[in-house]
Formats: sequence, structure tokens, C-alpha cells
Amino acid sequence: MWTFIVRRLIQSVIVIIGVTFISFVALQIGGDPTYLYVSERASTEEIEAARRALGFDRPLHIQYVTYISNLLQGDFGNSLTFRRPAIDVVLQALPATIELTLFALILAISLAIPLGVFSALYRGTPVDGSIMTVAMLGQSIPNFWLGIMMIMLFGLQLRLFPISGHVPFLMPLLQGEIVRAFTQLPQALYYMIMPGVAVGFYSLSRNARLVRSSMLEVLGQDYVRTARSKGISERAVVVRHALRNAWLPVVTMIGLEFGFLLGGVVVVEMVFSWPGIGRLVFNAISQRDIPVVQASVIVLALIFITLNLLVDLIYARIDPRVKY
Amino acid sequence: MSLGLKPEHADAVPSVGPVPPASPKGRELRKEFKRAWRSMVVAKWPVVALFILLCVVIAAVFGPLLAPFDPNRQNIMIRLLDPLQQSGNAFYLLGTDALGRDVFSRLLYGARISLLVGLCAIAVGGTIGVIAGLVSGYFGGWIDDVIMRLGDIQLAFPFILLAIMFLVVLGPGVLNIILVLGIGQWVTYARIVRAQTLSLREKEFVEAARALGDSTPSIIFRTILPNIVAPLTVIASFNVASVILSEAALSFLGLGVPPSVPTWGSMLAESRDQLIANRWWLAFFPGIAIVLTVLSFNIIGDWLRDFLDPRLKTIG
Repeated sequence: MWTFIVRRLIQSVIVIIGVTFISFVALQIGGDPTYLYVSERASTEEIEAARRALGFDRPLHIQYVTYISNLLQGDFGNSLTFRRPAIDVVLQALPATIELTLFALILAISLAIPLGVFSALYRGTPVDGSIMTVAMLGQSIPNFWLGIMMIMLFGLQLRLFPISGHVPFLMPLLQGEIVRAFTQLPQALYYMIMPGVAVGFYSLSRNARLVRSSMLEVLGQDYVRTARSKGISERAVVVRHALRNAWLPVVTMIGLEFGFLLGGVVVVEMVFSWPGIGRLVFNAISQRDIPVVQASVIVLALIFITLNLLVDLIYARIDPRVKY
Repeated sequence: MSLGLKPEHADAVPSVGPVPPASPKGRELRKEFKRAWRSMVVAKWPVVALFILLCVVIAAVFGPLLAPFDPNRQNIMIRLLDPLQQSGNAFYLLGTDALGRDVFSRLLYGARISLLVGLCAIAVGGTIGVIAGLVSGYFGGWIDDVIMRLGDIQLAFPFILLAIMFLVVLGPGVLNIILVLGIGQWVTYARIVRAQTLSLREKEFVEAARALGDSTPSIIFRTILPNIVAPLTVIASFNVASVILSEAALSFLGLGVPPSVPTWGSMLAESRDQLIANRWWLAFFPGIAIVLTVLSFNIIGDWLRDFLDPRLKTIG
């Protein structure tokens, strides 16, 4: 077990180094990065001064080492628009993004499992057909367009849900204001429903299909037939014998799913003016605020990598077939 | 929106048994096509999907001939016309946008970018991935290790973030977006090709080729590769769908192609300003175009998987 954990940890460190390397290369690939930092009207002297101040005049390998050592100290440079450390700006926007991603994940998984099981149990019936048709459609709809359509229908026409805005839950919770956080929770969820569905619908569809095929496979196995022949109720066969194995592929995917949803959130936040990292990145892109873009990408990648590590470790515990 | 990896399709790869390395001759090919068409007709939906894709291809290829107006011609006098409106002696099927441009014409031109980016990105990613996978699987050892670890690093990174970072620095452009989306796909192909190559490497007909003194490149590309093509087509079909979704998302963020080129994603981005005013057609039609195209590729992918490996039908 310990060798597995250590090996997996080393792997994660390599991946993190890879990520920083890629983000460093990305900055260099478009030519002299100084031009990203200076205004278009800057004079040659100003550009030269900026280049020296930013350290872009030094050899590349030294730049990379400085870059890494700054990152290790949490220093991503100052945001060019906010005039304060980029990492602070990013961390402030992070809770709203995590909130929405978690909500979408819970929504997707908690609906995908029953729908997939249902579909598998009623295989070939109209119930199965319609669930799978919706799932197929769900994998073909761009999440941001779904968001726009929901805003038009449920927000503007029927006036059921707010079309933008955000009530924080995670932020007060992290600041220790637990009572305030929980009194705000119903409001927070109300604001989260439309963006959450827009982000999670693709995952919901994908996982419903995954659970269905995994369930069908398990239902054909000998041990399920054995359980049935022992006269156990169908419900017990499904819940206790089949489902237990059928949902394992879904668990493996939760880590990847979270990262995938994070990517979706980045786009959907734009549609709902959600004050998270996505909107931050988008604004940073249009203002060429490179430190903020870099800090956001690296912070999100770190979360993703840590999560995958955790999932692997948990998976190794719940599935005894996994060898260390 | 799928950005790059679609792990659910990992199980979707049919493991096709070795077919004779020589390609089937004309008559057999025709027979195979007939069988494919019959299976499509039985499944019904793939025929519809094929028809939709045909329409998209026609729109992409003959867009300039079919489009009633120049997609970039602005006319403030006729801005924000509802669909099915007549203005002067011109008819605006899907209405006009905030700058008075014809939505239908823009939609037809948009098909070009979606298809072009989708297919080219797959070609780029597929080529890199197939070569990497063949080399990795055939030679094994440290080459295999290096290639596969590189793949792990890339997969450990939410793809859209990578794309955003590169496109911010490289700037928008069709070629850049094709490269970024293409490079985002190579791992999927490399993994599948590697796994197939590993098992094929030990098969008798590969041994035979080796015994006959074929060169290594010849064994890899002429003996092994033809046997992997079938599962690759399935993956490619799903992949085109996810690349088109990614392109739309990046265009929506303003990172796609330059503003002068109409794309479905950028049309959606522009529609956001008109949302409150309830100009529904500006958001509705480009979205439907994306959904129908992506859905068709997904349906074809599903059908192709069942067709190439009937065993999967029993469980899927």
C-alpha cells in the first residue's frame, strides 16, 4: 500500500512539474513575452526597461528556475489589471467556481446512477429508449448554449429562476461564519440551479450511459444469476449485488469528471455572470492579464491533480481487486 | 462540452480480430458497403444522421453559392429583423443580427469552420497519436515509457485550460485552433493504438511478415496498421463531435477564429448582448446547428461501434 502511495505521489509531482513547464513554454511560444506585458503604444526604451524588470532578458533556463521558485512561494506576479498579487485574485474567485462544480457533479452523479440502472433494468422498453435518447442529446448540446436557452425559457419567459447573480455559500463557510453560510444555503442553491444544470447535463448523460452498460454487463454475470437462483428479491439483487460492482467505473471517473466539469464551468460562468474563475479568466484574456490567466490555470490544474490522486487512493481501498 | 478526452469511449473500442492484411478487392468492398447500408437502415437513426451531415457538408462546400447574402455585409437599416421577414425585395429566412447581417448566410459559412476545424484537428491528433501508439506498442521499453508518461501528463490537465493558455499567447486563428485541438486529442489515439499493437505484435501473421524479412516500418505500417483502422474510425467519429463542441466553446470565449470569419460559436457569443431583448433567433439557430452536427457524429459513432463489433450490441 505504501509503495503505491509513494509511487502515485511521485507521479503527481512529475505531472505538476510538467504542468508548470507547459505553462512556461506557452508563454514563450508566442515570441518575446515582454509584449504581453507592455501597452501597444510603448516606446522601444519602455519595452527594453520592462523586459529587464520582468527578467525576460535572461537565459531561458534561468528564467524557468526563477519561475519555479516564485511559484513555490505562491508568487505568480502581480495582476496587471487589479494591481495586486494574481494568486490573491484567483483564490478569491475560487470558492464560487468550486461551489458550482461540486453542485454540478453531485447533480450529475446522483441522477446518472438511478437513470442508468433504470434504463438497464427496463432495457429495450420505451423508458430505456427515452432515457437514452435524452442522454445522447445531452452529449451533443454545448453547455453554454444550454445555459442560454434556459435563461431565455426559465429566466426571461417563465421567470422561474434568476438569470444571473450568486449567493456565496463556501466563502462564508471558509471564513468561519457557519450559521450565515447555512442560512444562505437555500438561496445559494436557487441561484445555482440553472448554471449547475447547464454544466452538469453532459456529465449526467455520459454517466447514465456508462452506468447502464456497466449494469447490463454485471446483470449478465454468474454471481447475479446465483443470487437470483437463491430466491433473493429482485430489489436486493439489484441493489446489493449488481449495483455495487456496476458503479465502480463511475467512481473511477469522478476525479476526471470534476476536472472536466471545471472546464465546463469556465465557459458557463460567462453565460450566467457567475463571479468565479471562468469569468476572471475571460476578463483577464481580453485585458491580456497574463499572470492571472497563468495563476488560474495552474491553481485549477493543481486541484485536478490532487483530486485524481485522492480518487485513486480511495479506489484502491474500495475495490479489493486493485493491487498496490 | 467535451474537451479532448472522452473516457467513456475507452470501453467503446471494439477489439476487432485480425483481418487479412491485404485490403479487400472491389467486389468485396461493395458487398461490405451494402451490408453497412442495410445495418444503417435497420437502425434508422444513422440514416438521419448521415443525411444531416450531408447537408452540413453541402453548406460547408457550397456555402458561397447557397448563401443569399454576404455573411459580413452590415446594414444598420435592417438590423435585428425577425426570422421570415421581407425587407425591400430581400427575404431574411432566419432574420438578421445586431449589425444587420443575414443570420442564414452566416450559419452556412459557419458550417465551414466547424467541419474544417473538426476534421483537421482529428487528422493532426490522429496522425500524431497513431504514430506514437504504433511506436510505443511495437518497440516497448523506454520509448514506450516516455510516450505514455507524456500522455499521462497531458491527461492530468483539464484540456480547456491548456487550450485557453496556448490560444491566449498564440492569438486566435484557424490554424492555431486546429493545432491546439489536434494536439489535445493525440493521447486518446496513442493509448488505443498502443494496446492494439501490443496484442497484434505477437500474432502469427506479424511473425510471418517478420520471418519473410519485411522491414520494421513495413511491418508497422502495412501489416499492423490496417488491422487497427476499424476501432480508430469509431474513436474518430466521437472525436469529431467533441472537437466541434470545443471549437464552439473557444469561439464563444473569443479565442477561436478572427471576428471576420463567422462561426457558430462566435454567433452565440454575439447573441448574448441581445438575450435580455429576447432576440431568440440569434442564439437559437447557431445552437441548433451545433447540436444537430454533433449529435449526428455521435449517432454515427455509436452505429459504427455496433456495426464493427456486434458483440458489444448485446451489452450496450
